[in-house]
This record gives sequence, structure tokens and C-alpha cells, in this order.
Amino acid sequence: MSLELLGGRILAPYFGNSIHVWGSIITVFMASLSLGYLFGGRISVVDPSLRKFGIIFIVAAVLLAPLVFFAEPMMLFIFDRIEDPRYGSLMASALLFVVPTVILGMISPYSVRLLVERVDTSGQVAGRLYFVSTLGSALGTLATSFYLVLWFEINTIILQMTVTLVLISGVAFFADSKTTGLGRNETHNG
Amino acid sequence: MKLTMANKLARSSVAIIAAAALLWLSNASADSVIHEERSLYSAIIVKKIGTTLCLQFTVREDQRNQSCINVRNRRDMLFTYTRMSMAGLLFVDDPKNILVIGLGGGTLPMAFHDLFPEANIQSVEIDAAVVKVAREYFGFKEGPRMHVDVQDARVWTKRAMRKETRYDLIVLDAFNGDYIPEHLMTKEYLEESKAILTPNGTLMANTFTISDLYNHESNTYLAVFDEVLSFQTMQGSNRVIIAPGLQLTDDELKARAKKIRPLFKPYSVPIRRYARDLIRIRKKGPNWDTTARILTDQYSPANLLGTQ
Repeated sequence: MSLELLGGRILAPYFGNSIHVWGSIITVFMASLSLGYLFGGRISVVDPSLRKFGIIFIVAAVLLAPLVFFAEPMMLFIFDRIEDPRYGSLMASALLFVVPTVILGMISPYSVRLLVERVDTSGQVAGRLYFVSTLGSALGTLATSFYLVLWFEINTIILQMTVTLVLISGVAFFADSKTTGLGRNETHNG
Repeated sequence: MKLTMANKLARSSVAIIAAAALLWLSNASADSVIHEERSLYSAIIVKKIGTTLCLQFTVREDQRNQSCINVRNRRDMLFTYTRMSMAGLLFVDDPKNILVIGLGGGTLPMAFHDLFPEANIQSVEIDAAVVKVAREYFGFKEGPRMHVDVQDARVWTKRAMRKETRYDLIVLDAFNGDYIPEHLMTKEYLEESKAILTPNGTLMANTFTISDLYNHESNTYLAVFDEVLSFQTMQGSNRVIIAPGLQLTDDELKARAKKIRPLFKPYSVPIRRYARDLIRIRKKGPNWDTTARILTDQYSPANLLGTQ
């Protein structure tokens, strides 16, 4: 959600602040998350581990970083080729945000797999997970829109997200080496 | 205990009803809303108070989002800031192309059209509903020398950079319900606007003196333009930022004012006093904190800073 909010800011210089810009961003994030859920669920079937869980975070971090360095030239490229700001903004948000958001979407279903031990408590586990991840999204939105943009540059905030993702993966790797097999005390971040 | 609670409740509800009735009465008698709609971007309210017709973008009563005309005499500029906007013309000699960002009721483009019938006047407005209201209620008319594009100003300006047309005068007059849209306050946007100015072109912006934003905003203009004049009056919260194109000495400025004065007579714009004010402002130099952080595309929490 925090990234989604920043997305509006990133696109504004090229595609404006019109309502279709927000429409594009929300569409791209929703579609990407849905794909992420599908893939995350799929890979959780084969030999799930905290180490693999950590790898998802690392990959997300790595794929988020290009936003800082290549967003400008990518938007300029699209701006030059697509005159209609609706499709321009849709194309730009797709190019910029699909890949990292798909990866971030994989986290939730994978977490379910790691946390569920018995079928009869699976609903409760999923419920808690939705609770944590959606509340996290709410707090992330609030923090970003109220405070982070007041203190930091957009690129700084994205780099902070990257660092956070790397730290979480570190925790997952550490927990994995401690417990070997299915650990239960990893953190989750939506 | 229960009795007093009920009593209190009854009393406070009576008070609330009385207050609501009073509010309703005062609103109903003061002015009449002749058009009201919610567009994609804001509320649009057209009010008529006697012979004054006003366009408002919020339900709040403050003047900062209003533009008003006198329906009896369109040349009667009702607001100080509209008259002050004309001060920028001191630095423009015979403009051929004028760009107005933010249409509102169309007061400024129509005044420019009236003053310079030969000039091409281009307006950019994000909200199609505002253009419709300007046409229907404020007598805004398009013509061979009067154009309006419905688009985000940032996108429009970026596209304009690729075209040939350059503007002798650019007026930034875009507002949303709160303030100026954040992506239209950044250093990058001002640089893009500067890029579509003629070499001696002047840019000016209608903005405000209130809040902390004053320092950030002023400094951002100073980062882009060689000279920045913050034209403001003692009273009132409006100001006009002028980045002059022509470099005029004090005497030249006075001479310009004298020369163009007849043009402004019908508008009751005291252009010679404005010239004297600007000479004084120029002598004093920046009256803001020149260490304030500049607004950029990366850092533009303009509307948050404005509330501090």
C-alpha cells in the first residue's frame, strides 16, 4: 500500500494527477497481487522452508531497487510513445510495478503454508495472517502519507523498504538455520 | 442521576437544533446557490450574491478558492489578487502568446483577451466540469485566439515542450480544494514551464502568504528563476509571485507603468502604484527564509507543509 501511494507520486510528473492515473495504479497493483497470490500458493506446495521464504523477500528487494534508478527513463520512454495519458499511465505503472508487486503478493500464501500445522486450525491461521497483513497495509499507508513523505524523498522511502525486506529475509534465514525444517517464529510483512 | 442526564440531553439537543436552524437561515438569506455539482476533482458551486457571481471549489466559506465577477460590469475586478495579477504585464511587452494554467471562471483569460485582442490565449484546465461551468455561467467563450485544453497541466506542459510555441506570459493559477496541486509546485515543473517561455517571457503565479509553505514555495521559484518578486499587500493572504522576463531598471519600470496605464483604466488596476511597490520589493530582496527546503518531485509534501 505504501508503494501504491508512492506510485501516484512517481507517475505525477509524467502523467499528472488525474483520476485515471490512480485508476491505473490501483488496477496494476490489484492484478499483480492476484498473480502473486497464485504463484506464491503454487511454489508453497514443493518443499516449503523458511529459507525459501527469505528468498522471496530478497527477490522483492532486488526488484524494487530499479524503481529508484530507472523510473525516470522508463516513464520518458512511454511518454514519448503513448499520447493518451490513460494508457500511458497504465503502461507506465505496469512496467514499473508489476514485477515487484507480484513477488510481494507471493508472501501471504507462502506464510499460510508455513504457519498451518493442522487442518482444523487453518482457518484461524489464515484469519490471523489476513489481520496482520491488512493491518500492516493500513499502518503503512498512514505512515507514508502522513509522515514519511514529509521527512524523506520518495527514493529514500523506497530504499528504506528495500532495506526492510532484506532485514526480514535475514531474520527468516536466521530462524531457518536455528530450527531446520519448519520453523514457526518468522515475521510477516504485507 | 438519570433525570439530570435526560435533562442535559434534552437541553443539548435543543441547542443543536437551534444552531442548525440558525445556520440554515443565515445561509439561505446571504446568497443563493444557482449551480452545484460534484465533479471528478472537486465540488463546484456557483453562487449569486446580488450582481456578483462566484465560483467556489469547496463548501467552506473562505475566499481562497473563489473567483467572482460582477455580472453588470465584467471589467470590474472584484478581488485584489485578480488586479494584482496584472502587475506581471509590466514585464511583458506586447505578448503574442499567453498561457493560463487553471481556468476557474475564466476571468484572467478573458481579461487578457480583452487587453490584447491579437494575442493567442491558451488555457489548461484539468476538470471538464469547470470548463462547462465557465461557459455556462461566466460567459467564457472560445474562439480563434482563445483556446482551452482539458488536461493535467503537468502533462500538457511536458507535451508543449516538444512543440514550437513559446509563451511570452505564463500565469499559474491552478487550485484544488486545498491549495495548489503538489506536482505543480515543484522545481521540475517550474523548469518545464520556464522551458516553454520565450527568452524574455514572464512567469507569474497566484498563491498565498499564509503558512510555512511560503518559504518553501518562494525558495523553489528562486531556485529556477534569476529574479523572483513576491508581490503582496500588507493585508490579505494572497500574493503574486513574479519571475520577470524583461530586466528593467527602476526608471524603466516606472515608464512602462505610465505607458500601459490607459490599458488598465477600465479595470481599476492601479498599475503605477504596483510599479512603485515592486521597486520597493525588489530593493528589499527576499523576505522569506532562503534556507527553507526546496520542493521537488521527490520531496513535495506541499499540502502537509501548508497545514503546519
